[in-house]
Amino acid sequence: MHAESAVRAPLIYGNKNYHQITEDICRPIESKPTRLYIITITITALLMTWGLFMIGWTVWFGIGTWGLNRTVDWGWDITNFVWWIGIGHAGTLISAILLLFRQKWRMAINRAAEAMTIFAVICAGLFPIFHMGRVWLIFFNLPYPNSRGPLWPNFNSPLLWDVFAISTYFTVSLLFWYTGLIPDIATVRDRTKKKLSKFIYGVLSFGWTGSAKHWQRHEALSLVLAGISTPLVLSVHTIVSFDFATSVIPGWHTTIFPPYFVAGAIFSGFAMVLTLMLVARKVMNLQEYITLEHIESMNKIIVLTGSIVGSAYITELFVAWYSGNIYEQYAFANRALGPYWWAYWGMMTCNVISPQLFWVRPLRRSVWFTFFMSIIINCGMWFERFVIIVTSIHRDFIPSSWSYYSPTYVEISIFAGTVGLFLTAFMLFAKTMPVIAMAETKHILRISGDAQKKAAAEHAHGYQGSAISFHKP
Amino acid sequence: MRNKFLVGLYSDEDKMIDGVRKMRENHLEVYDVVSPFAVHGLDDALGLNESRLHITGFIYGASGLTIALTFMTWVFTSDWPLNFGGKPHFSFPAFIPILFEFTVLSASIGMTLTFLLRSGLYPGRIREKLDERTTDDKFAVVFRINKKTSAEEIGKMKEMLQSSGAEEIKERDLKRHY
Repeated sequence: MHAESAVRAPLIYGNKNYHQITEDICRPIESKPTRLYIITITITALLMTWGLFMIGWTVWFGIGTWGLNRTVDWGWDITNFVWWIGIGHAGTLISAILLLFRQKWRMAINRAAEAMTIFAVICAGLFPIFHMGRVWLIFFNLPYPNSRGPLWPNFNSPLLWDVFAISTYFTVSLLFWYTGLIPDIATVRDRTKKKLSKFIYGVLSFGWTGSAKHWQRHEALSLVLAGISTPLVLSVHTIVSFDFATSVIPGWHTTIFPPYFVAGAIFSGFAMVLTLMLVARKVMNLQEYITLEHIESMNKIIVLTGSIVGSAYITELFVAWYSGNIYEQYAFANRALGPYWWAYWGMMTCNVISPQLFWVRPLRRSVWFTFFMSIIINCGMWFERFVIIVTSIHRDFIPSSWSYYSPTYVEISIFAGTVGLFLTAFMLFAKTMPVIAMAETKHILRISGDAQKKAAAEHAHGYQGSAISFHKP
Repeated sequence: MRNKFLVGLYSDEDKMIDGVRKMRENHLEVYDVVSPFAVHGLDDALGLNESRLHITGFIYGASGLTIALTFMTWVFTSDWPLNFGGKPHFSFPAFIPILFEFTVLSASIGMTLTFLLRSGLYPGRIREKLDERTTDDKFAVVFRINKKTSAEEIGKMKEMLQSSGAEEIKERDLKRHY
C-alpha cells in the first residue's frame, strides 16, 4: 500500500471503515422510499408516458405532426439527439479516461455517471429512430443480405458511421457499467434478508464471490475496457460532428467540428452529472463521499472544456471572416443577427461567459452556485446544437426557399418525455443499485480516507493531534 | 462429492497478505482468498499467474478489424460496386470509422464474455457462500481439505491463520463449490 501526501485533501470524510461504507451506500436501497421520492418519480414517469404517447402519435400520423418543413428538415429532433449524446459523454470519460489518469476522485461519481450515460444514449437514440418516419423499416440500416439485390447500406456515409458509433458506444458503456456493478450487487445480495430481493440480486450478481482470481480478471477487464473506451468516447462525438462537417452547408462544413463537439459533449455531460449528483448527495446523504473536492474537480473540467468550446466559437467566427467566402460569412452573420439571434446569444452567454466564473475558487466550491451553473450550461449546450442545426439551414441556397422553423407541441412533448425517461430511469437506478462504486471506494479508503490519512500523518511525524485540518464537507 | 474448506476471516488486508505469504513459505497450499474488493499485492502473495484476458482482447479486436475490413471491401469492390461520384471503390479512409468501432465492439464483447465464462459467472448462478461478510468487510483465506489432508496439516493451517491475525476460523462443508 502506498501513502498519499497529507496535504492532498481526503476523498472520504468521516471516521469510516469498510463496513461503514457498505452501510452508508446500501442504506438508500434498503430503506423504504420516501414520500418525496414517490411524488417525484410519479411526475417524471407521467412525463415519460406523455412523451412516449407523442412518439406513438408521430408514428401514427407521420412526421407532418412536427414543425419541420422542406428547408429546415432537421429541427428539435436532431438538436435533442446531439444534446443527449453529449450528456452521455461524461460517464465514460469519468470511468475510462480518469481511470487511465489514475484520478481517484472518479470513484465517488463514476457509477452514477455511467448510468446517466446509458440512459442519455437511450434518449438520444429515440430521436433519429423516430425521425426516420417509417420506423418499422429501421432494419434497413443494418448490413444484412436482403431482398434488394442484396444492396448494402453505404459504409462511406457518416450517417451510417453514426449508427455504428452510437450502438458500439451504448454496448461498451453498458458492459463496462454492468461488470463494475456485479461485485456491488453481490454485496447487496449478501445483506438483504427479504427472499424476493435476495433472489433478484442473486440473479443479477451472476454468482459473484470475490475470489482472488476473479478479482484479478475483473481488474484486467476494467483496465482494457477503459483503454479502448478512451478513444471510443472521443470517436463518438467526432462521428456525430461528421454528420454535419462532411456536408456542403455553410456553417456546418468546418474542420474544427470534431474537437469542438467532443469538448462540448464533455462540458454538457459534466454539467448533467453535477445537476443530478448534487441533488442525490443531499437526498441520499452521501456528502461524505461526494465531497466539495469532487465538485471542485468537476468544475475544473468544466472550465477547461468550456474554454475550449468558447475558443471554438470565436475561431469559427474568425475563420468565416478570414476565409473571404461570402456564403460562410453570411451564415455566421445571420446566426448572430438573423431571426434566430436569441438562440445565438443565449448560447454565447451560457457557454462562453458563465463557465469562466469558475476561475473563482469560492464559486467552484459553492454547491448552490454549481447547481445553478450546471443548469445554465445544460441550456447553453442545447442552444448550441439548435444554433448549429437550424440557423445553418433555414436560409437555403435560393431565397425563395428561405423559411422559419418552430417546433410543434408534439416535438416539445417528445423532448419533455425523454427528460422524463432519463430522470425516471436514474431514480429507479438510485433506489435499486449502489450509486457509488462500493468496492472501489473501499479500495481507496486506506489511502484517501480522512481518518486514515490523519492516523498516517500522526504515525509518521508523531504529532500530538493533526497539524492539518480539513473543512467538513 | 462434498467440498470441505477451512476458512480464516481477517479484517485487515495487510495482515491477510502477510499471512498468505508466510503460509506459502511454510508449504501450505492456500486454495483461494475471497475479498470484498481487489486487494493489490494479493496476486503476488498468492503466486497467481497474470491474467491472459488482455491477450484474448487483442485477438477479438484483431478479428473484428479483419472481418469488418474484409466485409466492406467485398461489398464495395466485388458484391455490389457502387459509383459514388467517381471515387474509388476501395475507399479505405472512409472505412476507418466503422473499422475502429467494430474493433472496439468485438474486443469488448469478446473480453466480457470470456471473463464471465472463465469465472463461471452467469445470470442466475447460485453459489454457496463461505461467509456473508466477505462481500462487506472481511477477507477470507481459504484452504481446501480433502481425504489426503492430515490432521497435523489442518492443525498447522489453523495455527498459521491464528498467528497471522485471523479473527475467526471455521470449517465449511459445502454441497457444491462456492
